Amino acid sequence: MATLLDKTQQSNRSSPKWITHIVVPLFNLFVALMIAGIVIYFNGDDPIEALLLLIKGAFGNDEFIGFTLYYTTNFIFTGLAVSIAFHCGLFNIGGEGQAYIGGLGVGLVAIYLGHLSPFFVIPLCILAAVIFGASWALIPAYLQAKRGSHIVITTIMFNFLAAAVMTYLMVEVLIEPGQQAPQSREFNNNSWLPFMHEIFNFFGIQISVSSLNFSFIIAIISSLLIWLFIWRTHWGYEIRTTGANQKAAIYAGISPSKNIILAMVISGGLAGMVGINEIIGVHHRLILDFPAGFGFVGIAVALMGRNHPLGIFFAALLFGALYQGGAELSFDIPNITRDTMVFIQGLVILFSGAMEFVFKPYIENIYFFIKNNLLRS
Amino acid sequence: MLEYFTIFSLLIDSTLRIATPLVFAALAGLFAERSGVVDIGLEGKLLGAAFAAAAAAAITGSAFIGLFAGIICSVFLSLIHGFACVTHKGDQVVSGMAINIFVAGIGPTLALAWFKLGGQTPQLSGDARFSPLHFPGEEIIANIPYIGLIYSEILSGHNIFVYLAFILIPIVSWIVYKTKFGLQLRAVGENPEAVDTAGISVDWMRYKALIITGLLCGFGGAYISIAQNAGFIRNMSAGQGFLALAALIFGKWKPGLTLFACLLFAFTDALQARLQGVAIPGIGVIPVQFIQALPYILTVILLAGFIGKAVAPKASGIPYIKER
Repeated sequence: MATLLDKTQQSNRSSPKWITHIVVPLFNLFVALMIAGIVIYFNGDDPIEALLLLIKGAFGNDEFIGFTLYYTTNFIFTGLAVSIAFHCGLFNIGGEGQAYIGGLGVGLVAIYLGHLSPFFVIPLCILAAVIFGASWALIPAYLQAKRGSHIVITTIMFNFLAAAVMTYLMVEVLIEPGQQAPQSREFNNNSWLPFMHEIFNFFGIQISVSSLNFSFIIAIISSLLIWLFIWRTHWGYEIRTTGANQKAAIYAGISPSKNIILAMVISGGLAGMVGINEIIGVHHRLILDFPAGFGFVGIAVALMGRNHPLGIFFAALLFGALYQGGAELSFDIPNITRDTMVFIQGLVILFSGAMEFVFKPYIENIYFFIKNNLLRS
Repeated sequence: MLEYFTIFSLLIDSTLRIATPLVFAALAGLFAERSGVVDIGLEGKLLGAAFAAAAAAAITGSAFIGLFAGIICSVFLSLIHGFACVTHKGDQVVSGMAINIFVAGIGPTLALAWFKLGGQTPQLSGDARFSPLHFPGEEIIANIPYIGLIYSEILSGHNIFVYLAFILIPIVSWIVYKTKFGLQLRAVGENPEAVDTAGISVDWMRYKALIITGLLCGFGGAYISIAQNAGFIRNMSAGQGFLALAALIFGKWKPGLTLFACLLFAFTDALQARLQGVAIPGIGVIPVQFIQALPYILTVILLAGFIGKAVAPKASGIPYIKER
């Protein structure tokens, strides 16, 4: 698993950073979109028209932008979660389950303490999201660190366990009394995170109503903190060293098991924060299946964003636009649905993750050809 | 007494049905992982094959063409995995996950465009499905107590896939442990350098293993959509590929033990369906979710090394790069 970062960071020839960090990911995205375009074409629709509608549906007006950024918020959290595990050489597929359990933490606080002051209950909700998400990652992390159980398999198992736990709780325990649908009662509005349109309204600026809420700002702050943590603290350095070369880490006096657990706990905490955006940000009640695959989108986001918070922001924005634009798009082109976006997401993971070395040499060759032949004359 | 025996027979009957796709997928995974390629894309291959089989069967009206399409689709997905991970030494887990997500998206997308039924295929019937095989004399023997139940519920009345899955176990054991191919397969998963030194292509061996993986997942997926069910619906593999992966680990990458794990997991699922809302004397109602989660809990406990030790093939997950 450590190979994942080694190969992206060291190149046999020194092509400039912007090639590996910008041109290659964009080219991989381009290939993924081309394949999706071909499928759309053969389904009898115009891919160019679809792309334009998608962009319009994602950024066409302030309402659409609001929804795009609302999805972006989720993808920043899950993208950061996957990336910090990658930095430690681990593949956390458990973002989905960690987000689910994180949401449970948020919901429990909001249900039982929701009547208290917002200044107390909202921070407590955020803390609960982090702690619950982190603890769901802790067991797989411990088993990887101390007993050598493969984290990929254990986190997959924990996704299913989270789904089972949540279904049980929603159906049997937390269900609103007298209701058929497995969802909790609506929280006291002391625990609701303010919507962005409410915040703007407070300052006298009118923007359209959307699901975008204060969680977006929490996501941006988290990105900055993760950047500081990974590149500016000795903990981050130890995690990266463990990820790059465990043996070297041991010789340097760094404990891999400590760092595996630390990285996974932070990863789980970040994934858990999806619960903030979804549960006290939008739904204001606990519902079934609210992570809706967002944990898996985090894999694509981290890979495309090259595990850097800035890259992750743009990759999350891209997927936010795909999800929101795709939803709008399906009104005009009924053949293109959320499933089509999942399909594009899979292609992005394939090309910028598993096949990242396929096109890179060609792009580098073109770069060196241009540099050596065309620019010299 | 006979009443309990009837319940038991029916439980075994549904266990066999539920176990079938697990057996196909787990044996598929066995080939990939024994060759040193981690395959968490079993789920995607099952789903892809289920879609292709149902779509082809719906269009042509032939279950056999459906099966064939399912196999082609699954082998194709396996080859993508091979291209990414064997030829280009990409990350196997990432590639497997990409295939899972890719298939989860493209199946309903194509189904919607082709059949206009909201991401499903039409309901299949008649020749477009594989129907259960009924052994001769079933009606007569069924009346005999005990033996009749065993004959009519447990032995007879299954799909051809169910019998095929169980016949496969000794065949796979034989291939893996008694043939030259099996020896090379195991060697390439444990020590690819040695296989390379012996003049056998590591990459080609892994591709061969992946083609078998695709083939078996093709059967598993086709069973799900055109035998067990009557058409494709969104995400119908519902984690069975991952459950098969868990069974493979639980079975320590050995065919016989893997079969046992598949049967165990299938039994918990069958039991769960039966125990829904039933109070057990002295225990009360067991939440179905707990029984559903049992296979995953057991696998985690096994992986943690508390009940035996699951040791993966040594080279699994590591791309083989020839030294120059």
